[in-house]
Amino acid sequence: MSVQTTALKMVATREAYGQALLELGEKCKDIVVLDADLAKSTTTIKFGKKFPDRFFDMGIAEANMMNTAAGLATCGKVPFVSTFSIFATGRAWEQIRNTISYSGLNVKIVATHGGVAVGADGCSHQCIEDFALMRAIPTMTVIEPCDAVESKKAVIAAYHRPGPVYIRLGRSPVPVITEEKDPFEIGKAVYLREGKDVSIVACGAMVVLALKAAESLSSQGIEATVIDMHTLKPIDKEALREAARRTGAIVTAEQHVLEGGLGSAVALVLAQEHPVPLEVVGIDNRFGQSGDPETLFKEYHLTPEDIFQAALRAFNRK
Amino acid sequence: MVRPSIEELQEKAKVVRRHIIHMLAKAGSGHPGGSLSATDLIVALYYGKLRHNPKNPKWPDRDRFVLSKGHGCPAWYAVLAEQGYFPVSELDTLRQFGSRLQGHPDMKRTPGVEMSSGSLGQGLSVGLGMALAARIDKKDYRVYVMLGDGETEEGQVWEAAMAAGHYKVDNLCAILDNNGLQIDGPINDVMSPLPIPDKWRAFQWHAIEINGHNMKEILEAYDRAETLKGKPTIIIAKTIKGKGVSFMEGHVDWHGKAPNKEEAEKALAELA
Ligand SMILES: Cc1ncc(C[n+]2csc(CCOP(=O)(O)OP(=O)(O)O)c2C)c(N)n1
Ligand SMILES: [Mg+2]
Repeated sequence: MSVQTTALKMVATREAYGQALLELGEKCKDIVVLDADLAKSTTTIKFGKKFPDRFFDMGIAEANMMNTAAGLATCGKVPFVSTFSIFATGRAWEQIRNTISYSGLNVKIVATHGGVAVGADGCSHQCIEDFALMRAIPTMTVIEPCDAVESKKAVIAAYHRPGPVYIRLGRSPVPVITEEKDPFEIGKAVYLREGKDVSIVACGAMVVLALKAAESLSSQGIEATVIDMHTLKPIDKEALREAARRTGAIVTAEQHVLEGGLGSAVALVLAQEHPVPLEVVGIDNRFGQSGDPETLFKEYHLTPEDIFQAALRAFNRK
Repeated sequence: MVRPSIEELQEKAKVVRRHIIHMLAKAGSGHPGGSLSATDLIVALYYGKLRHNPKNPKWPDRDRFVLSKGHGCPAWYAVLAEQGYFPVSELDTLRQFGSRLQGHPDMKRTPGVEMSSGSLGQGLSVGLGMALAARIDKKDYRVYVMLGDGETEEGQVWEAAMAAGHYKVDNLCAILDNNGLQIDGPINDVMSPLPIPDKWRAFQWHAIEINGHNMKEILEAYDRAETLKGKPTIIIAKTIKGKGVSFMEGHVDWHGKAPNKEEAEKALAELA
């Protein structure tokens, strides 16, 4: 499979969420949606307009919203709970941990505005710690889809997966690189490009940048495998072992602090099961700030060039 | 349901209090004060009001009870056992490794436990969710949530109170175990939630004030709450922490300390 990286349609993953809810809501009467005064931003408003009886704006009160969802879940509803990722996973972490997850309740937390790509709102609204927070909770499923098409599939898959699921979505439009017909399975990595020299494992908006880095690498005679690791937990260990075996060097790329995110998850598997040189691209011990996404990606070393350099380092360590 | 007589309820409450003392003494830890203050309210609810079926704990149309002040669970476990949700003999396993009776309520392990709790401040929100589900499904079950008075210092309680008032969920009934004490001292000293009824009324709730150890008043309040429409209701039950055991009553030290053998015997003699 080879994926184009130029002249692609740009759609924010959150837009796909609103659309997916609309379609799911029609068929699945057990879906209820809760939002905390951000229904326009998270796009749950679409569902709210169509199914007002199954939509609850809970006001600016995230902790209460999480537990209201828990209560709905105990009565057989499948609540989709949305707000910005920092408020969902930060403000209401303990509600997610103690009341939703510990009880195995069927609540889907779909949070938007993940990563520094949020842009102008700045640090307070750029969640770069959510993977760590959600991965740390036993039994939680953690997903970041790479584009709008995959987002819709992830939302549908989350509905069909029993138990708590966290999906991180983005605010800003990102290129659509996958197709409707591509398979999607929670916990199963997607190979977007095959190469023998190094593997780049990325999630979310970093996936298309990884593909761009792979093109630069190719022009230098280095062929990279690119893996869309949309599910951070449970992570596809088999895919990682396979990548380590076949290419002998791995790079990860994520819009998250280095502690506790994709890089950490991959390191955990590789270190124990198939140690190979690993380089991690992510945010190194800094907070976000205001700026347009492109500027911020440069500032935080999240560009194709950064991935390219990391891949060279990994390759040369083989 | 045939409602037991006041005397029968009082006798049942005594049995439950004895269980609490036994369980805590056996476990060597736990919370007697808030278990004993809540006993009459929970007994009256299960024996005199709640529509439920111990043989079918997941009956979809049952009324729900959430113990938001989860540390009071010995009282709840004892009532559930007496009601037949699990054998009374199992009460002896409280807080032990592998027991279905965890130190704080665990809905996945214990039949009859509707919601896990222990982290204070979360149960009213859960109850709100259950009450909204009933509305969506056009079912008539009611949802009862017991709160500690210290617990209402948690901001989330007021988020839930505001939301429940906003959504006018009159199938939701909060029961406040107003024993006046928390861990560090009297609620008024630590962080006063007073005036309690005015606060709840301001959040668009009906508020009923009762003596939480008077079975007749408790039952009347449960009945009256059911008739009050258009808003959720809170029953503010004035209680005594450690009720029934003279040396525990009103003493903040007995919040989270188990009686030793001697103390347990003394307590059981008083509850004979
Ligand atoms: C979020 C949270 N903070 C602190 C505690 C520790 N804690 C357990 S019981 C308690 C006091 C509760 O007082 P109150 O709600 O009045 O309960 P009661 O008097 O009925 O025992 C505290 C602070 C907790 N369980 N959860
Ligand atoms: Mg108290």
